Amino acid sequence: MSAAPAYGEDKGGSAGPGEPEYGHDPASGGIFSSDYKRHDDLKEMLDTNKDSLKLEAMKRIVAMIARGKNASDLFPAVVKNVACKNIEVKKLVYVYLVRYAEEQQDLALLSISTFQRGLKDPNQLIRASALRVLSSIRVPIIVPIMMLAIKEAASDMSPYVRKTAAHAIPKLYSLDSDQKDQLIEVIEKLLADKTTLVAGSVVMAFEEVCPERIDLIHKNYRKLCNLLIDVEEWGQVVIISMLTRYARTQFLSPTQNESLLEENPEKAFYGSEEDEAKGPGSEEAATTALPARKPYVMDPDHRLLLRNTKPLLQSRSAAVVMAVAQLYFHLAPKAEVGVIAKALVRLLRSHSEVQYVVLQNVATMSIKRRGMFEPYLKSFYIRSTDPTQIKILKLEVLTNLANETNIPTVLREFQTYIRSMDKDFVAATIQAIGRCATNIGRVRDTCLNGLVQLLSNRDELVVAESVVVIKKLLQMQPAQHGEIIKHLAKLTDNIQVPMARASILWLIGEYCEHVPKIAPDVLRKMAKSFTAEEDIVKLQVINLAAKLYLTNSKQTKLLTQYVLSLAKYDQNYDIRDRARFTRQLIVPSEQGGALSRHAKKLFLAPKPAPVLESSFKDRDHFQLGSLSHLLNAKATGYQELPDWPEEAPDPSVRNVEVPEWTKCSNREKRKEKEKPFYSDSEGESGPTESADSDPGSESASDSKSSDQSGSEESSSESESEDQEEEKGESSESEQSEEEGGKSKMKKRKKVAEGQGSSSDEGSGPSSSSSESERTSETEGEQMEPASWRKKTPPSGKSAPVAKEISLLDLEDFTPPSVQPVSPSTIVSTSLATDLEGLTLTDSPLVPSLLSPVSGVGRQELLHRVAGEGLAVDYTFSRQPFSGDPHMVSVHIHFSNSSDTPIKGLHVGTPKLPAGISIQEFPEIESLAPGESVTAVMGINFCDSTQAANFQLCTQTRQFYVSIQPPVGELMAPVFMSENDFKKEQGKLTGMSEVTEKLTLPDTCRSDHIVVQKVTTIANLGRVPCGASDEYRFAGRTLTSGSLVLLTLDARPTGAAQLTINSEKMVIGTMLVKDVVQALTQ
Amino acid sequence: MIHSLFLINCSGDIFLEKHWKSVVSQSVCDYFFEAQEKAADVENVPPVISTPHHYLISIHRDRLFFVSVIQTEVPPLFVIEFLHRVADTFQDYFGECSEAAIKDNVVIVYELLEEMLDNGFPLATESNILKELIKPPTILRSVVNSITGSSNVGDTLPTGQLSNIPWRRAGVKYTNNEAYFDVVEEIDAIIDKSGSTVFAEIQGVIDACIKLSGMPDLSLSFMNPRLLDDVSFHPCIRFKRWESERVLSFIPPDGNFRLISYRVSSQNLVAIPVYVKHSISFKENSSCGRFDITIGPKQNMGKTIEGITVTVHMPKVVLNMNLTPTQGSYTFDPVTKVLTWDVGKITPQKLPSLKGLVNLQSGAPKPEENPSLNIQFKIQQLAISGLKVNRLDMYGEKYKPFKGVKYVTKAGKFQVRT
Repeated sequence: MSAAPAYGEDKGGSAGPGEPEYGHDPASGGIFSSDYKRHDDLKEMLDTNKDSLKLEAMKRIVAMIARGKNASDLFPAVVKNVACKNIEVKKLVYVYLVRYAEEQQDLALLSISTFQRGLKDPNQLIRASALRVLSSIRVPIIVPIMMLAIKEAASDMSPYVRKTAAHAIPKLYSLDSDQKDQLIEVIEKLLADKTTLVAGSVVMAFEEVCPERIDLIHKNYRKLCNLLIDVEEWGQVVIISMLTRYARTQFLSPTQNESLLEENPEKAFYGSEEDEAKGPGSEEAATTALPARKPYVMDPDHRLLLRNTKPLLQSRSAAVVMAVAQLYFHLAPKAEVGVIAKALVRLLRSHSEVQYVVLQNVATMSIKRRGMFEPYLKSFYIRSTDPTQIKILKLEVLTNLANETNIPTVLREFQTYIRSMDKDFVAATIQAIGRCATNIGRVRDTCLNGLVQLLSNRDELVVAESVVVIKKLLQMQPAQHGEIIKHLAKLTDNIQVPMARASILWLIGEYCEHVPKIAPDVLRKMAKSFTAEEDIVKLQVINLAAKLYLTNSKQTKLLTQYVLSLAKYDQNYDIRDRARFTRQLIVPSEQGGALSRHAKKLFLAPKPAPVLESSFKDRDHFQLGSLSHLLNAKATGYQELPDWPEEAPDPSVRNVEVPEWTKCSNREKRKEKEKPFYSDSEGESGPTESADSDPGSESASDSKSSDQSGSEESSSESESEDQEEEKGESSESEQSEEEGGKSKMKKRKKVAEGQGSSSDEGSGPSSSSSESERTSETEGEQMEPASWRKKTPPSGKSAPVAKEISLLDLEDFTPPSVQPVSPSTIVSTSLATDLEGLTLTDSPLVPSLLSPVSGVGRQELLHRVAGEGLAVDYTFSRQPFSGDPHMVSVHIHFSNSSDTPIKGLHVGTPKLPAGISIQEFPEIESLAPGESVTAVMGINFCDSTQAANFQLCTQTRQFYVSIQPPVGELMAPVFMSENDFKKEQGKLTGMSEVTEKLTLPDTCRSDHIVVQKVTTIANLGRVPCGASDEYRFAGRTLTSGSLVLLTLDARPTGAAQLTINSEKMVIGTMLVKDVVQALTQ
Repeated sequence: MIHSLFLINCSGDIFLEKHWKSVVSQSVCDYFFEAQEKAADVENVPPVISTPHHYLISIHRDRLFFVSVIQTEVPPLFVIEFLHRVADTFQDYFGECSEAAIKDNVVIVYELLEEMLDNGFPLATESNILKELIKPPTILRSVVNSITGSSNVGDTLPTGQLSNIPWRRAGVKYTNNEAYFDVVEEIDAIIDKSGSTVFAEIQGVIDACIKLSGMPDLSLSFMNPRLLDDVSFHPCIRFKRWESERVLSFIPPDGNFRLISYRVSSQNLVAIPVYVKHSISFKENSSCGRFDITIGPKQNMGKTIEGITVTVHMPKVVLNMNLTPTQGSYTFDPVTKVLTWDVGKITPQKLPSLKGLVNLQSGAPKPEENPSLNIQFKIQQLAISGLKVNRLDMYGEKYKPFKGVKYVTKAGKFQVRT
């Protein structure tokens, strides 16, 4: 104990539990000595060579520790065994050490060398546990050793050891906070780690050591978002909670401009990224997107966070679900918060402790976002078996959810609750009824009547509670309720609960004009029993007396004086004071005349009605789900949730150099062969050997293999891309000449080409940023079908090359540039397929069967005459809408043929049929005369061909327009094998099958024309097929994702049979009609 | 995060303590005892208690309190979830989570707690990983250990800890490869006085018992997956696959685990399999009342309803009950005032009923409210929502597993208001 003075303070608390043991023992001296004896035999056992005896001894010692008994005197004997070969003995020795090392620091130092040796052990478990114990023994002398060990472990090969290092950081920090700077370096290093195992632990360390260093997160933000789904549950909670704070500092509030532009999330931003990546054609869109950022546009990183956390709502862990719920509540735009309600309601089936916490949070949320939980109203109904604390919370939620429409059901429920045996709960119910009555004017009278009926209840508590609530309600409209006041006055004879008596007296005093006859009588009675009353009642008696004296002094003068005299000699000084004060005020005397003239104004001033509001109001300034929120008080170590910034900080800080990543991940691959299980975060996780890839998730493995090819064959690829590019350009110009008839389009293309070069220069300096944006794009694409993936350039490429290929890629996005029927398509088709071949090297069959991507031609949305110079066309681009895979992406082309600039082009409040939703394009600030611009918007048609009607607004005018999709645009191609196709088709027979016979005209018998025609009419992907005269196509409807399978069985004679299998019969029928029409024309 | 853990039994003894950081004195539990006293009922002890220097977060499981000591801000659910996980682990290891079991295996408990938390942050909570680190006690193993001197503690890092599928250990081998799934649905309902349904909902779970060698990759598909409204998954399930194809695709953990839990969309009408006719009345100013309930089947899809139990919490003024059941047996506990009637099966020919007199405390006012009836029942071979497993496919391994699906419907929180 020689070191004791130095660490005395630390030890103060820890010595505590040991002491009482000694304290007890002297009282029974016998035990004390036998204790020593017992310890002697333990020491003996520990000193033997036999592992089994040692183990037995250690087990007994650990059992002592577990019961809270002191075993510190065995320290020397135990510590000797720290190097024992037997793993279990060793572990138990560790347990002992961690418990007592702090008390016996000198002796503990003896064990350090063993741990240092352990840190070099080839077995990762031993390395890790050595570090764990070393960092847990809380001996300040070894801080430098710990620091070294942590630094070393942070670059260990084994992620498990690195995880342990992350755990050790807060331990060291709590021991010696001077090490902060060095520890931050280690944290920074570990934050860059790409394994899911480490992520949770290091973020935990970050939160404990340096939660203010938000800058450390920037570079790792996207990685964390993408790894999130694979991190273990505990880590997920910590990361989500940290990211919530991060997002609050880095992004703009999604609700700030809601009135201006109701919804404009990611689309615009992603749109512009794609455009940059894809080059000249959509340059206009990019230019329009940029200025449009001024109104609120969600940062793509913000969107990434929301998207990647959403699946976690399905987690089995309540803590994770709650964490995601709070993230959505604090960060998501209003329209999207609703998704969390369902998951939270699910948690109500869990353990009662979980229910308790969840209900607290739901109560807070339901004040702000009532609509969210309204559909689940019934889930909050109370069962008689619920614990009282749960009942009261549910009641709180029910009250918050009550509104004009559901109030009858809610009140009916309340009625059953009032008869419950649980009186606390009944009291709370009465309060709740009172709150409903104040909030919803329509039911105020009903509630009041109900409460009055309760006044005749046998249970006094119920009556008392009702009186208190009635008092509050009456204050809102006293005039009509003289009767109730009279009724209440009668109750003074019976009710004994002081609060209720006080309330009645106050009411009578306040409204004594409404009950002029009764009031003096009540005062008379109260004067009689004055001395026996509770203090609050006495105060109200004085109050009543004073008010009556002022209004009706003739009848009550004497009574008042009597009461005041009684009060003057009361035991309670408060009451004495009040009496004295009141007397001076109301009874005119020589000097106090000035005030008593105004006594009436003072006492009978109209008082504002009380507001009955939830105790959960404004609790949301605490981060939901936190301890502080639950306690409604700031807990130690609580990190305030910052307000949204006015101006978004520079988003480019989150950009990461891509080449570096690839390098890292390559190295990592060789070392550890790790890959995330579910998160197909192509960018970070890097290529993986496909040996252990999960066969189930096709899309994931697809993307992975494409990645692989991307990095491994990048050199050959870039060559071929160059060639492709040349080809592409030539074909492009060819086409534009051939399609000379369409002058408008040609013009646009020229503009596009002209701008192409300038944009090249423009984006030159920011090449790194554009690159990482692209990675974020790839991340964004995870959920899209494979067809989309082929367009994302492989991540391993250097920026300029990628740029070129993206220029080219645009080719098949500028919708009408590939006219299906023209001969040039063959060139372009092969071009497209070649391009696809670059990335989809693992499935060479697919590209050759791919249909050229092209939609139906341009359609007019607004004629230039009707639009006063503004002409608007639209095309279905058939490219997946980047924000929401359920949306059809529509390219809108604006051109200004007037001679004044058109300003502020945006979509006005759409009036949409149920289910249909629109993702507007970003506002186009200005369109100069003669200029044209393309914008992308997404429409979720909900698998119907109903038209989406909306307004197109300029600064001065509004145009009503509508877009009606051809049925073929409501789907997206899927790629499946022949077998899959047959299997799926087998499931979709009977009602889901539509068949039509037709005769193919001569012009339409060649393979590629048929394919061409079908794919023009419907956005389907071709399925490989053995038979030569059979064509198969497959797709999924965008909204519901139901399969649409199309089979065309063509005989050489020209007779053909068309079959469509789809769950959506309507779509099937319409599609048959369209396809038949297209084929037979 | 979690500073210390105290286990307290129902009589208020602290029988185990474990500290992950500096030692916190047992006296901190006094705040807990105080709250417990105030709450009167164990269920009403607030899960979070604030004390001057610490916060106590507790759970109540199997008549034990797990009280954890927290010093700084932490999501309360995080701790609650963890404590339940600890209790689950004990259950898993010792077959029950009781004071006796924990005391008997105190060393293993200590080793487990040591592995589960490091510096208060969860380290290894997957049962498969823990079982490799610390083997569960069996009689055979303890005999072998005492002879050979080998130990229960593994000396290599569990394979699961490093893999992307921490829930499964490598090198699993079985001679009989089996995969069983239990689809268990519970009906939560509140039925009002007149017999109409106030609220009804189906909550289901699929529990799996998988004993398959190697690394099987399973996919389970349903005939009618759209029934499932809100689903929560075991981490092994591939979320994307479910999103796109409504197929449960997963590499299963070894042994018993809960695959998914789900809720059937509430728009669907829920078939209520039983009805109850009841008449309970207390006479004014007399010390007795009448009690009469009858249970009958309703919408039971042609299956027998079995295992019916009716539990009634009678009002405080009830002294005793004299009842005669036509079927089964009943008990009334005069201390807790709980009436339990164990009915058994329903035979439609003769509906079970329970009739008789209720003795009330004389002089006390008659109870305001009739007690509500909590009903338990079970229907074998039926998932009341109509959910059906279509098929189970296995990839990745060559052998043919034996597969089985069982359906059960039970009453969940099924309450009849009277």
